[in-house]
Amino acid sequence: MPENNGKIGTEIAPVGAREISISEFFEKNRHLLGYDNGIKALLIIVKEGVDNALDATEETRILPDVYVKVEELEKEKYKIIIKDNGPGIKKNQIPKIFGTLLYGSKFHRLRQSRGQQGLGISCAVLYSQLTTGEPTEVVSSTGDGKTHRYKLKIDVKKNQPMILEDNVIEGKDWHGLQMTFICEGTYREHKQSVLEYIKQTAISNPYANIIFDAPTGRFEFKRGVDKLPKEPKEIKPHLYGVEVGILHRMLKDTKARSLGGFLTSEFSRIGKTVAKELLKKAEIVDDKGEPFMMISPRKLTDSQVVSLVRAVKETKLMRPPTDCLSPLGMELIEEGMKKELNPEFVTAVTRPPAVYRGWPFQIEVGIAYAGSIDEPKFMRFANRVPLLYQSGSCAITKSISKTDWKRYGIQSEKMPTDPMAIFVHMASVWVPFTSESKEAIASYSIIIKEIKLALQEAARKLSIYLSGIRKAQYQAERKSIFERYAHETAVAISELTGRNADEIEADINELVKKNIKIMELSEQAKERIEKRTKTSIDEVSGKQEENAEPEEGEGESEEEKGD
Amino acid sequence: MMMSVTENPNKRLKELADGVAEQIKKKKNPDVKLPIRTLSNTYFDEKSGLVRLGDKVSHRTYLNIAHTRKFMQTLMVASECKKIIDQNVTTSIRDLYYALKRTIPGTNENTVEDQSESDPIIEDLEAALDTLRERLHLQADRKGYIAGPLVVNDSGDKIDATKMGSSGWAIPSNVEPEMIKFEKCTADYVLVIEKDAVWQRLNQDKFWRDHNCLILTGKGQPARGCRRIINRLHNEMKLPVYVLTDADAWGYYIYSVIKQGSINLSFLSDRLGTPEAKFIGLTTQDVDKYDIPKNVTIKLNKGDIRRANEMMKYVWFKPKEWQHELRHMLKVNHKLELEALSSKGIKFITEKYLPRKIEEKDFLP
Repeated sequence: MPENNGKIGTEIAPVGAREISISEFFEKNRHLLGYDNGIKALLIIVKEGVDNALDATEETRILPDVYVKVEELEKEKYKIIIKDNGPGIKKNQIPKIFGTLLYGSKFHRLRQSRGQQGLGISCAVLYSQLTTGEPTEVVSSTGDGKTHRYKLKIDVKKNQPMILEDNVIEGKDWHGLQMTFICEGTYREHKQSVLEYIKQTAISNPYANIIFDAPTGRFEFKRGVDKLPKEPKEIKPHLYGVEVGILHRMLKDTKARSLGGFLTSEFSRIGKTVAKELLKKAEIVDDKGEPFMMISPRKLTDSQVVSLVRAVKETKLMRPPTDCLSPLGMELIEEGMKKELNPEFVTAVTRPPAVYRGWPFQIEVGIAYAGSIDEPKFMRFANRVPLLYQSGSCAITKSISKTDWKRYGIQSEKMPTDPMAIFVHMASVWVPFTSESKEAIASYSIIIKEIKLALQEAARKLSIYLSGIRKAQYQAERKSIFERYAHETAVAISELTGRNADEIEADINELVKKNIKIMELSEQAKERIEKRTKTSIDEVSGKQEENAEPEEGEGESEEEKGD
Repeated sequence: MMMSVTENPNKRLKELADGVAEQIKKKKNPDVKLPIRTLSNTYFDEKSGLVRLGDKVSHRTYLNIAHTRKFMQTLMVASECKKIIDQNVTTSIRDLYYALKRTIPGTNENTVEDQSESDPIIEDLEAALDTLRERLHLQADRKGYIAGPLVVNDSGDKIDATKMGSSGWAIPSNVEPEMIKFEKCTADYVLVIEKDAVWQRLNQDKFWRDHNCLILTGKGQPARGCRRIINRLHNEMKLPVYVLTDADAWGYYIYSVIKQGSINLSFLSDRLGTPEAKFIGLTTQDVDKYDIPKNVTIKLNKGDIRRANEMMKYVWFKPKEWQHELRHMLKVNHKLELEALSSKGIKFITEKYLPRKIEEKDFLP
């Protein structure tokens, strides 16, 4: 696999990892992570597995092949299998990753990825064991010919893995990860279901091949493009996003010996000059009244930390670098929507990066119109992960309802009512979710503003397309009128002049062709137009009258009745 | 000054079609130039006293969806006219309509849906080619009758209008000199009567013999043949023309069309208008003058009032006598039918009213 870049074995890597014992807490508060009911439980487990699979493959530049199976074992008891072709996990990491809550790499680094807290997959293990008593099976290979197979549970009191089985299978040449959970749940196929999650995932990850064996049969989501989005870079935090508590912790943990060194090395965009300016404003100064750059980070008093945070707010800092972001890009969004929704028209917009509270983020919007879409559909994504719950409190939903769709010729009652799918994606190293269950994006005004700008731009493109269609319809109508009368006109001219009627008719048709350029309409557009011809023809004939020259009709009506 | 009229329009028809064919060949949007025959392009020529066509021209082009169908019809009518001219036959404008009517292949649309579509096209061609419907070998239904001391030669048949019994001589559609020649006319004037019923009363009383005149009715708004023969009788036989209509806006308008010509056929005003015609009656002022009982008058309705107000604004109703009459009509708020004169006795109109009017020269201009 050339695109591996030698990174095999780094899935959910333990860089700077820590253990936090919260297993017991989860046992009593599982709703906080979204495990409210059986339907949602299945969705969350599949989602955690698939998110991890996609993160792992993308990070190692592998085109993802993901297999998901949900099998009903008995009433409300399911077996869930998630398998990927990622780099796999090194043997010694497997128990920690699956058997410890909040063990993970992603919480402590700043890089755009699906998972953030290192909570998801171990919660799935815990939920399975809490509801059925069954262990989770993990099978992994890093491609070294050895396949490791674990069966494990979590020791809830200690927040530690309990290994029940551990064996090695030799000789199988593959890499990747396969997890099997046995848990309680309920399988449905409605709007907030495993199936919908996978469908939307296929749209936002068109470079992934996903097969889903559901209790109701197999669903295949084929790869639409052989191109991964660009790889995001890790970044350091930006001071604008840092609060007192975090700063305290960072000051305690840093390896830097001086405050100046701490500020310039642990944060992005802070140089010596800016650091000095901050210290001066925060009145962290030495005997001579100069900024106290050399003070040990651990010696800062509580009030000094507070003044430092306040000083940050009063200082204009350079925006964080944005190469940490990996937007999908217009091409992938359009491709994803095309392959899964089969629309008549699709357009996408990727906004330039913006920053909220020091965190860079980027908004993307896709709009797919008509075709196989027969009712409005709104899809929300954070770092390519579909968000299915709590749409009402999400910044994306709010932005859609605040957009003036009618301005773009789109029917709406706050939310658009035309048959169209709206795709909104927020990419960020740190997506501000409203809760740990990661279902809604918090409504920062800059985020809402960016989403609205992206929606407007996409809507503008849609409205240009729609008015093009209307023009094309009008032109087609004109053409048919011109062609309709060509024959009789040619015959009459021929009778009057003795010229050849067929030649005249051919010339007229050529003249018409030369004068009318009709935009080529897709089959879908033609079909849709046919369905609604009645209204549109009325519109067109209304226009005809506007165009007509005042050739007649002004005359006195009662004249010449005598003839 | 008479408008020059193309004697044989065949050449013009071919030229028109050749022009169109050349444009098509060059892949240019073909057009036919047509004088605009609406109020906006007519004016009242004070000098001649005629409504005339202005020089505004509309372009009927093929590549204009509002024109395409009419463009086709124009050429179809032209072609059909050429055929009948070539065959040296004359057909009615209704025949022409049927000759043109067929279903356009692949549609449920006809080339012409009804005669009201083909008739204006004929007029367009007349105007565009400086010709006459008659020259295109087309004729309309006959309408209008004449009686009195007039002998005409109608395509070789000698007709004496004193010997046509109770019906009179029916005025043909084509009364151009090549069809109708005046052989003898001893009348002193022409009396044009709006209503056929009144004409019959006058014919029965042999009014034309007692007063040595021609009586003529157009049965409402007179047709072209009727207006043309009035024009010829005036111009060729030098007969004064008096017009007798109901005392209402419609009657006055009929008079104005006989006198000045109409907007729609303003290009033919020279041939159809008789500017020297005089209005003999009825007027609403006659009620007092001739002691006509008030109870035979009719109250004006909304339409009458609106129309009278409109007519007061027309240039050709500007003479003070007409303004006075129209104002009077609005003031007394009634109108009067010709038949109302019978309330004074059945022969009042022939024995009292008309002789006194003519004697006193009690006319409106």
